[in-house]
Amino acid sequence: MNTNDVIVLGAGGAGLVAALHAKEQGANVKILTKEYATRSQTCMAQGGINAALGNAGEDSIESHIANTTKSAQGIADDDSIALLCESAPEAIAWLDSIGVCFSRNEDSKIAQRSLGGASAPRACYAKDYTGLKILHTLYDRCLAEGIEILNEKYLLEIHTNENHVKGVSVLNIRSGEIEDYASSSVIIATGGYSRVYNKHSTNSTASTGDGIACALRAGARASDMEFIQFHPTGLKNSSILISESARGAGGYLVNSQGERFIDELLPRDKVARAIDEQIKKGEDVFLDIRHLSEAFINEELPQERKLARLYENVDPVDSLVPVKPVAHYTMGGIDVGLDSMTQVQGLFAVGECANQKVHGANRLGGNSLLELIVFGKRAGENAASFLQKNANNANVPFVSSKENINHTGIEVDFYKVREELGDLFYTDVGIIREISVLEKSLLKVESYIKQIPLMGVSDTSKIYNTNKIDFLEFVNMLEVSRLILLGAIARNESRGAHFRSDKPDTDTTFQRHMVLDKNGVIT
Amino acid sequence: MKIQIQRETLIEYEVDLENTTLLNVLNEIKTSQDNSLTYSSGCRSSVCGSCSMRANGTEVLACSYKVQDGDIIEPLKNVPVIRDLVVDMDRALSFNAKAKAWLGSLASGVSVSADNVKMNELQSDCILCGSCYSACPVYAVNEDFLGPFSLTRVWKYMGDVREEDPKEKIDVIQNNGVWACTLCNECTVVCPQDISSKADIEKLRARSVMAGHSDPSFASGGFNDGFSFDGSPSF
Repeated sequence: MNTNDVIVLGAGGAGLVAALHAKEQGANVKILTKEYATRSQTCMAQGGINAALGNAGEDSIESHIANTTKSAQGIADDDSIALLCESAPEAIAWLDSIGVCFSRNEDSKIAQRSLGGASAPRACYAKDYTGLKILHTLYDRCLAEGIEILNEKYLLEIHTNENHVKGVSVLNIRSGEIEDYASSSVIIATGGYSRVYNKHSTNSTASTGDGIACALRAGARASDMEFIQFHPTGLKNSSILISESARGAGGYLVNSQGERFIDELLPRDKVARAIDEQIKKGEDVFLDIRHLSEAFINEELPQERKLARLYENVDPVDSLVPVKPVAHYTMGGIDVGLDSMTQVQGLFAVGECANQKVHGANRLGGNSLLELIVFGKRAGENAASFLQKNANNANVPFVSSKENINHTGIEVDFYKVREELGDLFYTDVGIIREISVLEKSLLKVESYIKQIPLMGVSDTSKIYNTNKIDFLEFVNMLEVSRLILLGAIARNESRGAHFRSDKPDTDTTFQRHMVLDKNGVIT
Repeated sequence: MKIQIQRETLIEYEVDLENTTLLNVLNEIKTSQDNSLTYSSGCRSSVCGSCSMRANGTEVLACSYKVQDGDIIEPLKNVPVIRDLVVDMDRALSFNAKAKAWLGSLASGVSVSADNVKMNELQSDCILCGSCYSACPVYAVNEDFLGPFSLTRVWKYMGDVREEDPKEKIDVIQNNGVWACTLCNECTVVCPQDISSKADIEKLRARSVMAGHSDPSFASGGFNDGFSFDGSPSF
């Protein structure tokens, strides 16, 4: 137990950026991750990171703000968006200074390309490995700064006393022992919750919403949980992502007749609904980039080509790529203020697990990597300064977590329920929603929650028990599923990624956030 | 199809799946036959480096390897096995810090051209899956060898025009570094990202010579040729 450290939970982009900036403020920092530092969801970001640099055509911060605000459909926070977009050039300069290998144009400037919903080519990129190259460079920087990264620690509980954070308990996955870390300043950077959709998601299997479920149990709030972005172009069979940059470069979407049916560069919610409509009409939908030339594809989209060949057995150079919309990004999350602090004093949240209110009802491609650099910095700085002011408060003892998991008498196989939950969410809580179907889905999720005591972990090993981790993640996902449904039912309108066929119009009375605590909707 | 998996002993499993990835088969076994089977995975799309293991003795990513009937699946070599197919990568990863694989100081105002980017574009595709450490015959017998991915990472920064002081990096890769490699090329063969650490090590050797270092195997006569065994140059 160390009482002088800022504790960062999660080692994706947001966590590493927060750690670097907390350290820069003079704080000691410990990062705890359930994986390893370079294995997080951030490595899967392909398309780019937005900043109005104007390197590939005229652009302005005002346009970036306007595009982001429009896509957010009235429920983002103006101050958050302004901060995001105004800080973007500085964020790119910082990434450049630590060695991120951005692609460059002929003038030796950082290359930029178009993504959906943007009025200019605004996404800085590194081939189609943008997230991978940013994440690994951040990791190298953490090593340079001597930041301690503790791998394979699974978050069990965040402890509080009188609404102040006191520390965390984690399961050391390797030893099976529970470990406690006391701190009066904790940053949650544990990622999103798209895996609720199980196989119908582009995401890593680790995107299970652990930090959100733990934060709510500790007294924090969540908001806008019903807004889930479906990426228009997941590979049909594997749900693996084909980047929007393929359409940004001029790729078409076509149906079985070879007809285009939508402007491919509209925001993702609109494109996803158009594809969904085609599929429901019995059409197959394909991404067509054959006309972009093999040389261009190899240079700008090498990963897309590799993924299509490997996971769909088609080469996009000469074949159509079968696609479908799949759950990709969760706009909602732990409710935070502009300072990235939750309702719990000293508990911060940043990245996809947080609702920083910059994406609103629909995130623009290229804005999430930007969010984690801009708000990661602020969260790290604010957590460091909070620690300085509250260092003595960390010594209040807390009671460590106790595990209570069945190993025998298991009546319900949670792996089967996990699959059922994913299918239920994809068909009934997905791209098109309807009130009676949502209400039925909530009853179903509540019945799953009641069955938790009948579920369990047949593997009794203390050492590296992934059966147990899968189960703990599943319990968190059930909690998160309930929050999504409560939000989706309460939001009696359509807005951005939340489309209700029974209420197809946007209703100004709902131009507000759905805020929830562990008991349900509160405002 | 039937495959065998190295756990405490070699265990055979049969699954009703064809033409699919090893990861899909492992998931099927874990969720419907044996909950205790232990392996790591993450992105399912060959970019997070979690699911590296060996199939019939060769390093693969489970998420990109198409499994065949009769395959024998084992954990990576040269790293401690924690359980079944899960290994402890901490020591191998620690060489990145030991080799100071980062930009020495923050760059500002350095112009980077499209050609400059080509210098380390491939190296920055590394996913740290550890396949190269598993395949490396030098690391197998010398646990202090900095190893393939960390040396590739050093080249990534050495080859970057934003690196202002490459000398410091050169010095730390002399001992148990570039000269310890036998250039056998096993790391290149198994890399899922088509990176050649062997080629990167050759480039680092050339830079080392330019900086006044030389291959210590030629210095075994006991005279001082400008290189000392703590890796620091003596001129």
